[in-house]
Amino acid sequence: MRDPVYQTEALIAEDIDAYLETHQHKSMLRFITCGSVDDGKSTLIGRLLYDSKMIFEDQLAALESDSKKVGTQGGEIDFALLVDGLAAEREQGITIDVAYRFFNTEKRKFIVADCPGHEQYTRNMITGASTADLAVILIDARKGVLVQTRRHSYLCHLIGIRNIVLAVNKMDLVDYDQAVFDEIVKDYAAFAQSIGIESFTAMPISGFRGDNITALSANTPWYDGPTLIDHLETVEVLASVDLDRPFRMPVQWVNRPNLDFRGFSGLIATGSVKPGDEIRVLPSGKTSIVSRIVTLDGDLDEAVAGQSVTVCLTDEIDCSRGDVIAAAANPPEAADQFEATLVWLNDDPMVVGRAYWLKLGSQTVSVTVQQPKYAVNVNSMEHLAVKTLDLNAIGVAEIITDRPIVFEPYADNRALGGFILIDKLSNATVAAGMLHFSLRRAQNVHWQPTDLTREDHARMKNQTPKVLWFTGLSGAGKSTIANEVEKRLALMNRHTFLLDGDNVRHGLNKDLGFTEADRIENIRRVGEVAKLMADAGLIVLTAFISPFRAEREMVRNMLPEGEFVEIFVDTPLEVAEARDVKGLYKKARSGALKNFTGIDSPYEEPLTPEIRIDTGAMTIEEAADYVIRQLLPLK
Amino acid sequence: MDPMCPIGNARTLQARDKMSRQTRSTILTHLERLEAEAIHIMREVVAQAEKPVMLYSVGKDSAVMLHLARKAFYPSPPPFPLLHVDTTWKFKDMYALRDKMARESGMELLVYQNPEAAERGINPFDHGPLHTDMWKTEGLKQALDLHGFDAAFGGARRDEEKSRAKERIFSFRTASHGWDPKNQRPELWNLYNARKNKGESIRVFPISNWTELDIWQYIQLNAVPIVPLYFAALRPTFEWEGQLFMADDIDRLTRVLGRTPEITERSIRFRTLGCFPLTGAVESTAQTLSEVIQETLLTTTSERQGRVIDKDAGGAGMEKKKQEGYF
Repeated sequence: MRDPVYQTEALIAEDIDAYLETHQHKSMLRFITCGSVDDGKSTLIGRLLYDSKMIFEDQLAALESDSKKVGTQGGEIDFALLVDGLAAEREQGITIDVAYRFFNTEKRKFIVADCPGHEQYTRNMITGASTADLAVILIDARKGVLVQTRRHSYLCHLIGIRNIVLAVNKMDLVDYDQAVFDEIVKDYAAFAQSIGIESFTAMPISGFRGDNITALSANTPWYDGPTLIDHLETVEVLASVDLDRPFRMPVQWVNRPNLDFRGFSGLIATGSVKPGDEIRVLPSGKTSIVSRIVTLDGDLDEAVAGQSVTVCLTDEIDCSRGDVIAAAANPPEAADQFEATLVWLNDDPMVVGRAYWLKLGSQTVSVTVQQPKYAVNVNSMEHLAVKTLDLNAIGVAEIITDRPIVFEPYADNRALGGFILIDKLSNATVAAGMLHFSLRRAQNVHWQPTDLTREDHARMKNQTPKVLWFTGLSGAGKSTIANEVEKRLALMNRHTFLLDGDNVRHGLNKDLGFTEADRIENIRRVGEVAKLMADAGLIVLTAFISPFRAEREMVRNMLPEGEFVEIFVDTPLEVAEARDVKGLYKKARSGALKNFTGIDSPYEEPLTPEIRIDTGAMTIEEAADYVIRQLLPLK
Repeated sequence: MDPMCPIGNARTLQARDKMSRQTRSTILTHLERLEAEAIHIMREVVAQAEKPVMLYSVGKDSAVMLHLARKAFYPSPPPFPLLHVDTTWKFKDMYALRDKMARESGMELLVYQNPEAAERGINPFDHGPLHTDMWKTEGLKQALDLHGFDAAFGGARRDEEKSRAKERIFSFRTASHGWDPKNQRPELWNLYNARKNKGESIRVFPISNWTELDIWQYIQLNAVPIVPLYFAALRPTFEWEGQLFMADDIDRLTRVLGRTPEITERSIRFRTLGCFPLTGAVESTAQTLSEVIQETLLTTTSERQGRVIDKDAGGAGMEKKKQEGYF
């Protein structure tokens, strides 16, 4: 029997049903523990699991033998071994990834995210913190407030954790000296105030010895605050705050088993809803009334923040995944330009101007990020001028989505203000973000509705608009072939326009150079111009190196399905370089021309172009005829 | 028309009453939050994946997962099939419940048995770890490839085992089904990125954050049907390599072992159900859910203690298996 603190074992043995009745009504608290390598974080969690009887005898036996083999506590039980789950972690004695642990006390169920402390694991810590109601920041009493302490506190505050516990650990190693504790709390208070942390709870503990964890310790008679467990059991959880806000539910899925039933499924982000409530669907703004809240266990009279439900409406209004159902009288806004904090999570740095996917709630849109206004040095909190964000960097930047999204500032609503960025090619989650506010120009620039649609324009020209996007190395023959294709189209009475790379750079894009960011902006502008021309009903031909897949995909996504035709003018580098019509390769080889595609800047070949032209196997004329044949019929 | 057959009995009504009372309280209980999270995860998969499937092992965790799926999509039946990767060595009671639940949920049931394992007569007695490898790990990979499923729900929980504790809810596998623990996608808030490259697939664990106690309590509150073997009864047993097993099919056991094991009637039950020779029984008198939960809470050994699978390859048994493609 090693359960002197929680007197539940007797109740379980005597009256299991009474115990279950209590357990059933427990609430849940999710918290994270942060600290650096030697602060005793894993030991503290091991202690919490051990004291709440979440470690079984077979696990304990394994732990004892592991402690002797690889433990760091001189043969005594090394609790850290319980939580470091990956082989590499146990071998290296460090925590690499977030581990989730579970324990119960008489009042609550707890989920602990055990997060690694090193700066190179900032992304793992942000991940663990994103779902936490509370953070326990560990400090080694012998070392005081360290750079890591500041970084962890800043990250927790950034992600919006309001409840912060400063656990001054290893008090046994400083003889439980109150002066040591007071000094650390004073230091930390000064720092916390400087970054905007409004309050925190400090306590002197020893995870290894068990002081002030579940019971107040006789070793610290001068401390009269709560024990760690007392505090965790009574602190207010985030869900209770969400409940007081207006109703919002992002629609995940439309439930349509038959013609008589149409329900909208989602997790209620904030507020509550009852049948009879008037709601508004965003971004369309249409209103309706809730008729039913349907569950397998019968209809509900009310549903609240945190529940996954299916809602039916009285009207057949348009509503699908990505829309948000909200209180009619108090709906959130939609916008397409924002200021946001970004935490970069990927080894490849952020590329300014590149299109990424942005996922916010159930909305997924294309987004570009502007050059950061600044990045934050997470150790000193200084603002730094930067051109991009690297792995683990945190910065503030403006972002622009390709269509309006329904949002609320992250500070008010995590579910409608927190987002991730996804790389369009690797599909990796590359950043986490938090919206601050929308930029005014987004609200004041409206789409001007026009009476003549793009279909009208196309019909008048008796053709289907297309964008024939010629891509390939410099000197591959893009402009020459595009020119031949345009001549043939003209003979066929088609209305066309050729946008040529060199020509555009003399005018529209003369402010742009050849850095990666400028090349992306060059293509973005050309894409927008091509799109306007296609809207006007034209067949547009473009001849640009356009070396990056991501940007070609960006233009593809600007246009209706099927209108973008990627034509890969496939000429090997040696051949293009041997031709060197403009003498550019020679300049690039001599170093006089920087960032030249194929030499010191990459060309990413199309993986599945609609048309590929092997210039080694065809003449210019054959290539042009080939393109025309592939395009037919042109209606 | 309601596609479900309701599991109508007094217990359900009572449970339903309890649940609906709770919804009116302002703070959700831990079980309500876990339920909402699991449902949200399942709906995200259905919205984002092309061809999802639910791995169904007939155990208590699978039972809860299936119940959650029925809740998530009600009144539609869950819009994906159930896949049972069969080893032919499951208990008879498990096969019976499997077929019954598939019927009641209105879902298609796919059963896959690795033909190579069948042909070579792979069994847990002669082949040890190879049995799990061939029937389960290889069988699962073959079944997923055969049907081209790009997302598979699994009922694994983070409290089961140390490497599970570090696994994401959306866990990506390479085209060869491998798991790279050092290269997991960050998973923030409840935003799940299910985009994948060609050939990759996702294992999704909607009950990652549930504990063994949560599972039991949910089964009790929702009257989720489970295999009777979880409750104690007099059953034929034999001892093998120091553990207690149930003799579910004496003829087959005799054939494989080359002798008739010494059978004793004992009051036993199972904490976890796998293949009948691989899952040890415990002596018990717990005949009701309350008693089972009571026993679970007072026991001094962990749930997977009866499982042979975790003990191979030292402390990293499960991590290694998962890298090789085990779910």
